[in-house]
Amino acid sequence: MAKVLVFIDNPGASLKKSSLELLTLARSLGGSTVGLNGDLSDGVAATFAEYGVDSILHPSAQDLDDFLVAPKAAYVAAAAEASGAAIVLLDNSPEGKEIAARVGIRLNAGVITDVVAVDGDGTAHKSVLAGSYSTACKATTPVSVLTLKANNVIPEPAPAPTTPETVTVDVPAVAAAARITAREQKVASGRPDLTDARIVVAGGRGMDGDFGPVEELADALGAAVGASRAATDAGWISHDAQVGQTGKTVSPQLYISAGISGAIQQKAGMQTSQVIVAVNKDAESPVFEIADFGIIGDVFDVLPQAAAEIKKRKG
Amino acid sequence: MKIVVLVKHVPDAQFDRHLNGAGNTVDRDESILSELDEYALEAALQLAEARGGSKAGNQVIALSMGPSGAVNAVKKALQMGATEGVHVTDDALAGSDAAATSLALAAAVRHLGGVDLVLTGMASTDGETSLVPAQLAERLGLPQVTFASTLEVDGGRLTARRDADTSSETVEAPLPAIVSVTDQINEPRYPNFKGIIAAKRKSITTLSLADIGVDPAQVGFAGSWTSVASAEQRPPRTAGTIITDEGDAGIKLVDFLAAQKLL
Repeated sequence: MAKVLVFIDNPGASLKKSSLELLTLARSLGGSTVGLNGDLSDGVAATFAEYGVDSILHPSAQDLDDFLVAPKAAYVAAAAEASGAAIVLLDNSPEGKEIAARVGIRLNAGVITDVVAVDGDGTAHKSVLAGSYSTACKATTPVSVLTLKANNVIPEPAPAPTTPETVTVDVPAVAAAARITAREQKVASGRPDLTDARIVVAGGRGMDGDFGPVEELADALGAAVGASRAATDAGWISHDAQVGQTGKTVSPQLYISAGISGAIQQKAGMQTSQVIVAVNKDAESPVFEIADFGIIGDVFDVLPQAAAEIKKRKG
Repeated sequence: MKIVVLVKHVPDAQFDRHLNGAGNTVDRDESILSELDEYALEAALQLAEARGGSKAGNQVIALSMGPSGAVNAVKKALQMGATEGVHVTDDALAGSDAAATSLALAAAVRHLGGVDLVLTGMASTDGETSLVPAQLAERLGLPQVTFASTLEVDGGRLTARRDADTSSETVEAPLPAIVSVTDQINEPRYPNFKGIIAAKRKSITTLSLADIGVDPAQVGFAGSWTSVASAEQRPPRTAGTIITDEGDAGIKLVDFLAAQKLL
């Protein structure tokens, strides 16, 4: 069994589902140590115990958040060495991947991103070329660094809770890093994060500037809102919502595509979704070639009707 | 300023893309300059033009690593306005993962010398790992800004803005530095006729591993820190039920979701 280090960055008051997935996977591969950055709240400490974490590492420096990832990567690499980890697990966010990239160089360790499953021997599974291939790959180095895509592991507490010890890790000095001089928090939408969401409702050119019906259906389903590049370029919705080759890749349990023709770049971002529903006026839209359930119809009729029906059934 | 832009020759996503049987590497027929690298090149051209262009000694060097076809990415960059091109190519590079690629690119950047800024796209559109820019920064010991949606350089410092899901950040770093840019930063220009003619007169330097001082054992399949054991093509998705709305399609959609236990 391998020792696994899980990096958890600024968890706040409670752990995200994707963090619970990391802890669950880590436990299945061997003993798990958490490399924490930020404050440890009582609630998060209790969850670590519940998920069978053996020890919790803290950085000696407090200012890791003032710089872009370089000092965090230096800390994670030092934490991996201190804990003797053979596997370092991070989330698959852009920042998680970037830290993983640097940790890989610091530890002479192979890095594998977009991982959906890990075997007992460390073999990682992922899909490549926009979901058209499934591959099994492995680091050829003593340590491997893996970033896990959300929604691929079912979070499960340990059979028996642990009493993790806490240890401080010295953060090595980093020669040069970009400094964050200002940070503006965005207004929270109250909807799930697009990349972690179980359900995504995405709108495209066919929404004609009005994302109201997409948002209404998303709220009825507890879903995240996504968009095609045409819709974000038109300024109808924030660029953060873009799904596709040059935006975010999502693989939720359900993806509802509304008013999106389904050009190949858009398909690249969503075709590993488990179930795809498409609504579009144009029967020739390529999205119908991959939809499990397709509706040739007007999004402004179909979406509000579906949202009302869901609310009715949920009572 | 001396700006290096990393450009990658990638399979065109408009067509089906494939892995080769040997080593599960990407089949590079039908390849083009990675769309995301065009934004980095445009950012470099704008920085150079704002400082008087090549006449004032500003260099925009398009650097690509890869087999013979990769020179096409460099050529496209020259047509768009890069001042010179560099192609790192060597049989021993085949099969390089991100770590090995960043090793060779770091050696090439050092070989060029006196570089003020390295610009890259936010990811390649083939591997999509976005590991190389960060690994290059770590290897060169340079400050780095990733996912920049704006970029300004004033004297020896750069300022950039980056947007994450929950916050927007303003970041500063001293030069030399590495910056990866998003597709929000600009609108890349198309090569015009004049640019295409001018590109024919621009030089492309070809560098081997020996030229940049890299041991062949450190790159390629042998030098990579990851290996692909197997790759299976997924069956393409097929169409399911398609209905035409007759006034009740929203209800039928909810019936479908209920049957799939997705409500």
